[in-house]
Amino acid sequence: MAVTIAKPTSATFAAGCAAGFGAFFGLFIGTASGSGPLGVIAGAVLMFVLSFLAVQTMRGQEKTAKWAFLVLFTVAGALFSGIPGAVLGLLFGYFFGHVTFWLASGRYRTALPPYLTPGQVLWHYAFRTIVGAILVFLITPILVVIPLSFNAENFFTFTPAMLHFDPAGYSLKHYRDFFTSSDWQGALWNSVRIAPVATILAVGFGTLAAIGLSQPHVPFRQWIMAILISPMIVPLIISAAGMYFFYSRIGLQGTYWGVVLAHAALGIPFVIITVTATLVGFDRSLVRAAANMGANPVTTFFKVQMPLILPGVISGALFAFITSFDEVVVVLFVGSAGQKTLPWQMFTGLREQISPTILAVATILVAISILLLTTVELLRRRSEKLRGMSPS
Amino acid sequence: MTDTTQNGPMGGTPPEEKASGPMLAADGRPLKRSLNRALRRQKLRALALIAPLLIFVLVTFIAPIADMLFRSVENDIVSNTLPSTTAELKSWDHTTGQPPSEAVFEDFYFDMFAASEAKQHTRLGTRLNYEDTGVSSMFRSSGRKLDDLGKDYLKALKKIDKRWDDGAFVYSLMQGQGTPDTAVVDHSRTAIHKLTGAETAGDLGFAPSEAVAKLLPDMTRAYTDFAVYTGLVDGKDVAKEDPWESVYVGLVLDLQKADVSGYDGPGADLLKTTKADLGQIPVESLKDFFAKMDKKWIDPDIWATIQTYSPKYTSGYFLNAIDLQLTPDGIKQRDEDQQIYIMLFKRTLFMSLVITFSCIVLGYPVAWLLANLPAAKANLLMILVLLPFWTSLLVRTSAWKIMLQQQGVINDVLVWLGMVDDGHRLVMINNQFGTIVAMTHILLPFMILPLYSVMQGIPPSYLRAAKSLGATNWTAFWRVYFPQSVPGIGAGSILVFILAIGYYITPEIVGGTTGTFISNRIAYHISSSLNWGLGAALGAILLVIVLLLYWAYDRIVGIDNVKLG
Repeated sequence: MAVTIAKPTSATFAAGCAAGFGAFFGLFIGTASGSGPLGVIAGAVLMFVLSFLAVQTMRGQEKTAKWAFLVLFTVAGALFSGIPGAVLGLLFGYFFGHVTFWLASGRYRTALPPYLTPGQVLWHYAFRTIVGAILVFLITPILVVIPLSFNAENFFTFTPAMLHFDPAGYSLKHYRDFFTSSDWQGALWNSVRIAPVATILAVGFGTLAAIGLSQPHVPFRQWIMAILISPMIVPLIISAAGMYFFYSRIGLQGTYWGVVLAHAALGIPFVIITVTATLVGFDRSLVRAAANMGANPVTTFFKVQMPLILPGVISGALFAFITSFDEVVVVLFVGSAGQKTLPWQMFTGLREQISPTILAVATILVAISILLLTTVELLRRRSEKLRGMSPS
Repeated sequence: MTDTTQNGPMGGTPPEEKASGPMLAADGRPLKRSLNRALRRQKLRALALIAPLLIFVLVTFIAPIADMLFRSVENDIVSNTLPSTTAELKSWDHTTGQPPSEAVFEDFYFDMFAASEAKQHTRLGTRLNYEDTGVSSMFRSSGRKLDDLGKDYLKALKKIDKRWDDGAFVYSLMQGQGTPDTAVVDHSRTAIHKLTGAETAGDLGFAPSEAVAKLLPDMTRAYTDFAVYTGLVDGKDVAKEDPWESVYVGLVLDLQKADVSGYDGPGADLLKTTKADLGQIPVESLKDFFAKMDKKWIDPDIWATIQTYSPKYTSGYFLNAIDLQLTPDGIKQRDEDQQIYIMLFKRTLFMSLVITFSCIVLGYPVAWLLANLPAAKANLLMILVLLPFWTSLLVRTSAWKIMLQQQGVINDVLVWLGMVDDGHRLVMINNQFGTIVAMTHILLPFMILPLYSVMQGIPPSYLRAAKSLGATNWTAFWRVYFPQSVPGIGAGSILVFILAIGYYITPEIVGGTTGTFISNRIAYHISSSLNWGLGAALGAILLVIVLLLYWAYDRIVGIDNVKLG
């Protein structure tokens, strides 16, 4: 791919671009300290001069120059506003040192086709910046919640102490609250009691049905599929309302089993989808081969088919588990105070007395989802390897 | 050649049987039938594997949905609470502008009395209040005063003879002699069962005699209701309890018409003396009695409302759900200030469209980059997309609440940067903006994933070919790449739109009053206002919209092709 050879560019080009970035960041620093336009001009001029000098004098010694940038900015930041300034300066120093020499050495064109015009190169990088911003948008809420959960105060924003990296600004207080409050512990216990049972029900029924659905001749396949997938499509509030009415009629409303059955129903589509997806690549001649060698259908299922579709079954189970573990609408209606789950407790917390313990719970839930996501990804790759597909 | 071996124990056709006639299988049966049988067995086996789950889903999920649809038209509360009144009211013509006849008021009195003893009259009042505001308080206050008339009558009756105040005596009078009238009891059993929902099939030990039932119909009706309710619902001894006051109202009504001279059962003498002294009792017509309690009872409008909602099934809830109203004079628009549902549906659809559109705008570049990066890098970035997808909905919603609120992270940063004045912090939560931002974030992965899988299938050489043929960047993208990615946009949009219009939690937390969806209204009707019928009707309309979209999704993408992660 690397057909383009890096050609060093002129110092003015690198310094000009750096000045542009300098103006951009200068705007923020400027508005923060009083005057926007002044910040823009100061940033642009400062960066132009610095970059120009660095490229002219130290083109051969990139490493040293980068270190110089780093130290210069960090010290300047520290003098300007203490530790937070130093951290900001460190980031700026790294960024400017890197950008200046990346541009000056012409390395920015190495990954691109040689025929691109400068405008196209600019667009290429602008596009990546936009996508980067969108990805940051996707991840920000999670990134904000995690540090805030270590807040020593009962605030939902970064306190000055936190911004100064003062150890007194941080504490595990909200985690302690979570682990000592009987409300939260009760909710956690309920979630732990409900989700696994709902998962087992969903996986047990779902796997059997998925195997049935993958047989070559299934009458009314479309209709059956539509019914089985419907819990995923019907808005939760409608499912919740219907279950509330119907379960009250048959005496399941407000009981443990009512919530378990409802959650199992909601988890089934995920099991069906993941398991049928695994079965698509399943070689049916393996079953015939097993039968040919004298295995009965049950043995064939457990010894041949099950190990091959196991990754799909486990990912389905994880989906069903997380569905039940995160579900709040249905449990609000079908459950009673005795089935108050973790999301329900969070929901009431958010609606009524909003307490920062929610942040600690949120962080713990994020950790759980990272764990589950990793497992599902690993399983997916393993399944693709088992079925002879190349891991993507 | 078909692969017959896969269908079980069937070998090829033996050579000696290929002379003439149908081809035979190894066991001598025609091959065609054998194959059909194997196919049938295969189908049955597949169905047997599916059946447990299908039954499970039908019971735990489809039946509740059906129940909700049923509730949206069910309206038996009026005829269950006021069975005789609604029957009597059928022949009344509301266009005359006159209140119904005295007979209707008599039936209404006895129905209401039983209902207020069972504490069901307020439920009916609440139900009718949805159609005609103010009815609820009428029912409640009148229910308390129903006793008064009976008490007045009893006072006068006691002056004539002390025995009228004796529960055991009244019991024996009602029991009478001769053939018991079980039809009256059965009628009462059904009525009380429908009224209270309690089981009324047990042994009662009381039945009025046919003679009494014929002579004193109103009193018999009131007393049998009392007996069934006291004996079977409350589980008390009927003979030992003082009867309801309505029994005396029935007695006075009956005595005015009845000829007691020929009667010779228990208490016949008392009936005769009371009939003779009837002038001592301050008889009041029931119409006047109700009019005295509340002038609105002789207003024909309230009766017209009861008449309109007498049938067991009504379209009233659905009409309410689209800002119409079922009135005695046909279907009408609701008052301007009560028209909220059409507006809410429109807002839900509009905001879902905005969310879908923002998801396309934000998701398209990300999906494009993911599809065009080398696999290793794309997988790394994919984690950034999948992580929010796997994170609990409540975590993400609470994060947005924390970020968007006035003392929240975004406002703090803007104030610190000097972009926003501290006194004029931006209001980004509890309005439509908050809902749109939070839901776009939550639903974005559902847009990126289908887009990504479609874009992966577009060969990058097409773009290069277009460019080498002289297309500009924009033309190459717009005329070559974009049309091929449209299926992905379609799939993602329908998915996001379906999920968005049914959302409840996020609008509830960050939506305030202007950013809520129709789902929030449904939840409100089911858990707070308890107008279940209206909630169910709104749900049914929402369900129809979603199912139409689901059908479209199935047509365009196919449910089998839904991918997760």
